[in-house]
Amino acid sequence: MSRRVRMWILAVGGLGFAALFAAACLRLPGFGGDSHPYGERAVRAALAHRTANVIAAVNFDQRAFDTLGEESILFAAVLGTVVLLRQTREEREVPPEPARVPLLVRRYALVLLPVAIVVGLYVVAHGQLSPGGGFQGGVVLATALHLLYIGADYHALERVRPVGVYEFGDAAGEGAYLVLGLAGFVAGSSFLANSVIGHGTFNTLASGGTVPLLNMAVGMEVACAVVVLLARFLDQAVEIEEEKGT
Amino acid sequence: MMSVVPYLVAGWIFLAGCYGLATSRHLVHAVGCLAVCQSSTYVLLLAVGYRDGGTAPVFSDLRPGSRPLVDPVVQALALTDVVVGATVTALLLALVMQVAKRHGTVDPDELSELRG
Amino acid sequence: MTDALVLISLFAVAATATAAVVVRDPARQALVLSVLGLALAVLFTVLQAPDVALSQLAVGSALTPLLILLSVRKVRRRGRREEGER
Repeated sequence: MSRRVRMWILAVGGLGFAALFAAACLRLPGFGGDSHPYGERAVRAALAHRTANVIAAVNFDQRAFDTLGEESILFAAVLGTVVLLRQTREEREVPPEPARVPLLVRRYALVLLPVAIVVGLYVVAHGQLSPGGGFQGGVVLATALHLLYIGADYHALERVRPVGVYEFGDAAGEGAYLVLGLAGFVAGSSFLANSVIGHGTFNTLASGGTVPLLNMAVGMEVACAVVVLLARFLDQAVEIEEEKGT
Repeated sequence: MMSVVPYLVAGWIFLAGCYGLATSRHLVHAVGCLAVCQSSTYVLLLAVGYRDGGTAPVFSDLRPGSRPLVDPVVQALALTDVVVGATVTALLLALVMQVAKRHGTVDPDELSELRG
Repeated sequence: MTDALVLISLFAVAATATAAVVVRDPARQALVLSVLGLALAVLFTVLQAPDVALSQLAVGSALTPLLILLSVRKVRRRGRREEGER
């Protein structure tokens, strides 16, 4: 397909989309409107299960099965990346030269590292109370670990980051979510139903029934997944080189 | 005017991302454009869920029923997709690296010429 | 007041999104994308979605640009000749 034909198709498709989308927008309920039937029901359901953060209740209680699907997409995407970026036969590892890091940067990163990890853990643990949860906290945890790469060097990062352990953690997080779902059957109700343990006292750390547990499973999976992803990408970008003459 | 502008902005972001995808000369750039397209859906979803004078549906420092709330359902949809979308972006970037390895180019036009 | 904030952050998002598409060099695009992530996080906060803002902040302004920069580095290291002039 030539460039010109492609631009024509793009123009026709773009204009068609713009016209239809604008027409649809005019008939949508206006921005900031007062009618949110699903939202109101979700809030009521969350309060009934004593979960203070309604978004966590929607994700891990009312739509927990959907989140299992999302999580599986994440798992599959990470698996695919790991398979695609494995070291092939015609590549070899070249250990990177340790670089001089300015002292200020090094101190800043090393002070920030524990703070960032604690923040990540806090965000995962308080997902059922305040904004946060497994998805966000997991990413914070994983990126926090990479402050070590900024503060020290790649070698130091590799020592605290045995990729195999994190790959295991990724799978264990996914598995824990499934097991918590199956526990619903044992408790005599349906898959992923929030009835396995009591709902606790509203607005305390132990409220929301299985929501905090599912949050932790997701937090573990996301943190490990992001660490594995970044490890593969860093390996490719920093270490792995093609052998000359192949 | 205010009642449709956020939706139209979402549409604009989507179209801009599509334009970038179609005219991209570098596969990594194309993946970045796809991330732009993706962000338009978050803008649309959250715009649909907004309520004038509403507050976030989090009761850790709010008495239930004391203030109008924005829609938590669309927020939950956007929230999971932000993180899952990033891993899918990573998968696409891994594919780009493989393409670069196998074909020695990351220009979509050159790649289609290779196929013949 | 809130309307003004929403409008300002909406246009910031639209502008950075357009810039992210127009900037053709992927390494520069990664930087614009991280600004876009930041603008989106601000917009989501204004729209009363702190959960989404938090994940957008972590993912959009740190993770995705980092992944893109690493891929660019890998692709460049393969010694493409015409990369430099793009």
